[in-house]
Amino acid sequence: MRTYVLNRLLLIVPTLLGVASLVFVIMRVIPGDVTLLILGGDQAGRVDAAQIAAMKHRLGIDQPLLVQFGTWLWGVLRFDFGTSLWSGRPVVEELLIRLPLSLELAFAATLVSVLIAIPLGMLAAMRQDTWVDYVIRVISLGGLAIPSFWVGILCILLLVIYFGWGPPLEFTPPWVDPWANFQQMVWPVVTVGYRYAAVTTRMTRSTVLEVLREDYIRTAWAKGLREGAIVVRHALKNAMLPVITLIGTEFAFLIGGLVVTETVFTLNGVGRFVVDAVAHRDYPVVQALVFLIAFGFVVVNLLVDLTYAWFDPRIRYR
Amino acid sequence: MATHVLSHAPAAAALAPRRTVRQEILKFVRTKPLGAAGILIILGMLGVAAVADVLAPYDPYHGDYGAQFARPSAEHWFGTDEFGRDVMTRVMYGARIALFVGFTASLAGCTIGGLLGAISAFLGGKVDLLLERLMDVLLAFPQLILALAIASILGPAVQNVVIAVAIPIIPRAARVVRATALSVKENVYVEAVGALGATRRRVIVQHILPNVVAPYIIMLTAQLGGAILAEAALSYLGLGAAEPTPSWGLMLSGSAPSYAEKAPWIALFPGIAISLAVFGFNLFGDSLRDALDPKLRGR
Repeated sequence: MRTYVLNRLLLIVPTLLGVASLVFVIMRVIPGDVTLLILGGDQAGRVDAAQIAAMKHRLGIDQPLLVQFGTWLWGVLRFDFGTSLWSGRPVVEELLIRLPLSLELAFAATLVSVLIAIPLGMLAAMRQDTWVDYVIRVISLGGLAIPSFWVGILCILLLVIYFGWGPPLEFTPPWVDPWANFQQMVWPVVTVGYRYAAVTTRMTRSTVLEVLREDYIRTAWAKGLREGAIVVRHALKNAMLPVITLIGTEFAFLIGGLVVTETVFTLNGVGRFVVDAVAHRDYPVVQALVFLIAFGFVVVNLLVDLTYAWFDPRIRYR
Repeated sequence: MATHVLSHAPAAAALAPRRTVRQEILKFVRTKPLGAAGILIILGMLGVAAVADVLAPYDPYHGDYGAQFARPSAEHWFGTDEFGRDVMTRVMYGARIALFVGFTASLAGCTIGGLLGAISAFLGGKVDLLLERLMDVLLAFPQLILALAIASILGPAVQNVVIAVAIPIIPRAARVVRATALSVKENVYVEAVGALGATRRRVIVQHILPNVVAPYIIMLTAQLGGAILAEAALSYLGLGAAEPTPSWGLMLSGSAPSYAEKAPWIALFPGIAISLAVFGFNLFGDSLRDALDPKLRGR
């Protein structure tokens, strides 16, 4: 087990280094000069060359690319992601302002979807090829088909037309005013959570179906156990492994969901921040966000793999 | 032992009744009604896209300022937008872009990914290690941000969206095909044909590749819906097709939410079109997976 954990930990290093290099290169290749965007220029859009040079020097982007990359990596190792070129504030500070909203959205969407998806997936598997199964499958396929930004637009549309409700402009943390926070977050959570629930329902259904055909389940039936006991005690425990994996791999999709949902509901979270940062060519912000998301993705997947190995001894000894 | 099994194979095949194409289709419809519904949706969408010029009642680009925000009526079935353009016409033409991006992006992504996965599995060693790390990097890189960056580098155009949507598909396809190729390589029959003196090329082409085709096709159909959704999301964020191209995602961005109260139909119909198209491809993909996967066959 120790060798397995060590191997998996070692593999994180090249992955993160690759992500860091890729995002650095991509941000330098994107057309558009951040200094021109900041300076704006005169009415005709002209900017003095000396002004540009001074601004580049101030932002530290006049250095050779390798030096810039090295400086940035050294900063990352010390958890210093630099300063936003656009606002002039430390990137970590900018992120901390927006992180509670995005984390709350992500966790609430995951929690809601798991609470809905696992019972629904089990029910669909237990009643395979009946109308119950068909209804659950169609609802979950709908969750994969309907774009989350459209669900968001529809939510706003219905709420505005029928209830005269508009999304609050400022985020209220749950510890300040739980009711105001609930009102603000409930629809974005539904928007992100529907897709997540759909994926988890399908995975639960298919794994429970596979497990239900195992010999030990047939033995449990032969022993005269009740259906509930067989499904909950014998099938669900074994069917949960792929579902746990899915929660890890869906993390990347969750970030995508946050980007569009925060845009639709005009929430000032990390997702919207990254779209604005790409548009503003704010290199340090995009680099930091991509690195942290990739880090989160790698860590979540490592934890999932370790959970998997802990549950299933065959993986450990391979 | 191997000769014994092989000598029975032709006899078993001769005994099995051969079904005609019509019978095969009827069996698919009977056993996979949801898959058949998916095929119907896809065929309908392909038909609309192919004959949009003939079917569409108006020009998708032509605005009529006298008919701005017209409600759905006999004249404009889906109403008109803020420029007085017919929404139904634009939804019909939008099917072309969605299908083009969906098919080309998933085909390119799955083929490149599938080839890389197969090379990784066959060659093994350092090549496998290197390609696997590259796929790890692409998987860990947030998909939408990668697409955003690619679209920003190449500019907002339909063909650039294809590249932006295809790249995130590559590592997923590579993983699936590599895993399948590795498990096929370990099978006893592959070892047996090798022992019988079959060349490496014969083993790969005749015995390994046919077994990798099924997961490749499943992956391809599974990615089609996702590619259409990704195109819509990119266009919605302003990084897909540029105005006045009739792209479904673009039709939902900008003015659609602003006029939601006054003219909800502008946001309603393109959204239904996206959902229906992705729904059709997902239904079909699911049933195809069930039909091709021996473990799920007959369930």
